[in-house]
Amino acid sequence: MTTRFFGAPIKRIEDKKLLTGRALFIDDVELPGMLHAAFLRSQAAHARIKHIDTSAALKREGVIAVYTANDLGPYWQAGPLLVPPPPIPGIVFNLRSHVPLAKDTIRCAGEPIAIVVAESRYIAEDALDDIAVDLEILPAVVDLEKASKKGSTCVHADLGTNVAAHVHQTKGDYARAAAKAHLTIKRRFRYEHGISSPIETRGVVAQWDARAEQMTVWDTTQAPVFVRSLLAGALGLSEGQVRVIAPFVGGGFGPKIFMLHPEEATLPWIAVRLNRPIKWIEDRFEHFVATTHERGQIHDAEIALTKDGRILGVKDVFLHDNGAYNPYGLTVPINSQCTLLGPYVIPAYDSTFTSVFTNLTIVTPYRGAGRQHGVFVIERLLDLAAHELGIDAAEIRRRNLIPNDAFPFNNEIIYQDFAPLQYDSGNYEPVLDKALAAIGYHHFIREEQPKIRAEGRCVGIGIACYVEGTGIGPYEGAKVQVRSNGKVSVATGVGTQGQGHFTSFAQIVADQLGVDVTDVDIVTGDTDRFYWGAGTFASRGAVVAGNAVNEASLAVRKKALKLASDAFECAEEDLVLADGKVSLVGVPEKFIRLGELAQRANPMRGAVKPGTEPGLESTQYFGPPSGSTANGVHAMIVEVDPETFQLQILKYVVVHDCGTVINPLILEGQIHGGVAQGIGNAFFEKLSFDEQGQLLNASLADYLLPTSLDVPRMTLDHTVTPSPLNPLGIKGAGEAGAIPVGALFAQAIENALQLKDRGVEILEIPLSPSRVFELIAEGNKA
Amino acid sequence: MADESHDITVEVNGASYRATVEARMLLSDFLRHELKLAGTHVGCEHGVCGACTVLLDGAPVRSCLMFAVQANGHELATIEGLASASGDLSPLQAAMHEHHGLQCGYCTPGILMTMTAFLRENNAPSENEVREALSGNLCRCTGYQNIVDAVLDAAGKIRAGAP
Repeated sequence: MTTRFFGAPIKRIEDKKLLTGRALFIDDVELPGMLHAAFLRSQAAHARIKHIDTSAALKREGVIAVYTANDLGPYWQAGPLLVPPPPIPGIVFNLRSHVPLAKDTIRCAGEPIAIVVAESRYIAEDALDDIAVDLEILPAVVDLEKASKKGSTCVHADLGTNVAAHVHQTKGDYARAAAKAHLTIKRRFRYEHGISSPIETRGVVAQWDARAEQMTVWDTTQAPVFVRSLLAGALGLSEGQVRVIAPFVGGGFGPKIFMLHPEEATLPWIAVRLNRPIKWIEDRFEHFVATTHERGQIHDAEIALTKDGRILGVKDVFLHDNGAYNPYGLTVPINSQCTLLGPYVIPAYDSTFTSVFTNLTIVTPYRGAGRQHGVFVIERLLDLAAHELGIDAAEIRRRNLIPNDAFPFNNEIIYQDFAPLQYDSGNYEPVLDKALAAIGYHHFIREEQPKIRAEGRCVGIGIACYVEGTGIGPYEGAKVQVRSNGKVSVATGVGTQGQGHFTSFAQIVADQLGVDVTDVDIVTGDTDRFYWGAGTFASRGAVVAGNAVNEASLAVRKKALKLASDAFECAEEDLVLADGKVSLVGVPEKFIRLGELAQRANPMRGAVKPGTEPGLESTQYFGPPSGSTANGVHAMIVEVDPETFQLQILKYVVVHDCGTVINPLILEGQIHGGVAQGIGNAFFEKLSFDEQGQLLNASLADYLLPTSLDVPRMTLDHTVTPSPLNPLGIKGAGEAGAIPVGALFAQAIENALQLKDRGVEILEIPLSPSRVFELIAEGNKA
Repeated sequence: MADESHDITVEVNGASYRATVEARMLLSDFLRHELKLAGTHVGCEHGVCGACTVLLDGAPVRSCLMFAVQANGHELATIEGLASASGDLSPLQAAMHEHHGLQCGYCTPGILMTMTAFLRENNAPSENEVREALSGNLCRCTGYQNIVDAVLDAAGKIRAGAP
């Protein structure tokens, strides 16, 4: 393969539409006769519905219909289990799935109760106030620990417990490891991740064509193919009768893969009933309660080490806040459990978690998807151990890194993709070395920090490592077609939310077919163009769909060479495919254009031979046996104001290894954005609930996202250890930037304020200036 | 009064529009759904995210915090009017492409409008000044660094005489 485009920093093909306001986003879909929906959402977190009176709303001018759960008739069904729990011996999993509209019981604030359909969104929202709902308020289950105790109110009364799942996984024998340890350290850690907050909220437009019996749904989903299949099943239509289009989507980061959101389930049903197109666009206040969160875990973790800081084992018992329903299975806590192991040799691991129902919004993966929680625990344990043993924080990490000759490295426990957690490849020490060099680690500690401290300023350094399981199966597919004008069309089933697929996939195709990258037109997320696949999640788009695109391009390349060798009556080895044409080696004037080959592949006369297919096109699939593992190290120098505890990041370094790089420009963008969200998680974003399960800061004025003043300039570097699990050698990178940032903040702030000397440990995320103040005040009291 | 209507005339990107609007019609909704200028995006509807920023008589405003009727008699500029009539990108648009200053692109129109106005006032900004000016626009994808670089680059091009 010539490499003109693959690996090059090609500027994005999709940019022009986005820069000129011509890209189609969900709220830009305008259809004749379109109606607008608004959802009445519960303000109570736990309640019994006694009575709903919609009569006043129905009388309002411009209101077309109002629906409650009872109006849905047999269409009212609990959603299916979307992600089954992995096959782990002894696993407990109690499925309680969400419903389109609350019927008898409300289990979290924001759960929809009724839908108003009106001629305009303004009228639909007015009419929400006309609906009278009589509720019997029940005690809300909010506190994770209390919820897990016997005697707690149950979120699902029929279950008799709030245990959504219980999982125990082990590697080696922790008790034996701890018995021979020089040092064991045990602490309680709390880690909360927030809400992904894409700048575009969710939305759905549904259109039913009664003559063609065809449903078209525009949806801000990360998984259009699955939404299509679920909707077809629910509506009693064949899959060919339902077309789901994920247009340009304004950020996803995880929650947009949940399905069927109540709005996704109900709008198509209403479109059929009213035989009119209908739109719903989520507002920001709704988004805070109606779109899934990630939230918190409480870990009681223990590490056992030798005198020289080598890890003998880790034991961890943790609670995971699952929210009110669990159709998304165990992806988040399994990721926490697996990712805790990091880049380190941990011979013994004993990990148990209990996933707990609470009367809060459903928890599903958000960029990092539980990996942050695990990384925080192991990185903090190592920091505590380093302090106890008098070993440098970077040095204790180096001593425990998995050596270069140990790959593939089997961690034995089961990962979210149902396969044993085996690291396919890696070379960890150079990544650590590069990060230490880039941040100037030793120079800072020996020379700079003492000088700056002497001036009375509080500066600190942090370093944190992680491994990320990426690019999991099951599979993706792609159809590559050479058109008779020589342009290449590619369709794949994944949706896209800003990852640059229109460019990175085009780079793969352009090299295989010898065309310019601008001659490749990529379609993602339209089920009429490609109707198999899983979706965009788990840092898998480039890995899985990218390799499917490559396989299909290779097949088309073979076809083109075969057709040309027939035309020229020569061997395929004597042909070269470049500049949109196939030519004879050494005789450049003898060539045939790809477009002409495409025409020849669809002949008007003669026969298409048995075992061959017409058209210069191919559809191929790629499914990796298991996920490829990327790794990285983040390092940071911060200055903390000792009085206000405001924090300024003076230097931020990311060194990572995600295998072969398709487009370094896009990759850097992914890392930048990941780190920015990590910073938000570490120091800004906290979902604050009261005891009744009310989200107290449900606006962007109260739930603070990092701004351009909070996210520093970053220094990036990478190493390349190609994955053996896919032909392109790619590992995923979408989540990497966000994963170790919490651990890094805790370490760097402790270091800056010399908290160890004051008996203060940072064992929780998110932090904030006021939280750091409180922790120090608590430490002073103790 | 929700149902009170007003006749308004606004100029958007040099074209004059007359319409009758409800008093409560947001300027953002008016631009997007009445004038079909959907390039202006709505992110929060409470004036924090900046995605809906347009220029009112040359100054950036949040179109979700204004009523359409308040724009009566004023000149508006939106994302649709930034490129030249022949389709050439403005220096800032071009720099955003060069520097990979956008990913999902949803916040981009608001950022382009905010920073276009900023560069008219200050075509030789420091990085800190750019970051300060940009801090009212939230972007969830890029981490801002490439946007900052794009604005600094565009400033240089504008100083050098680009249109």
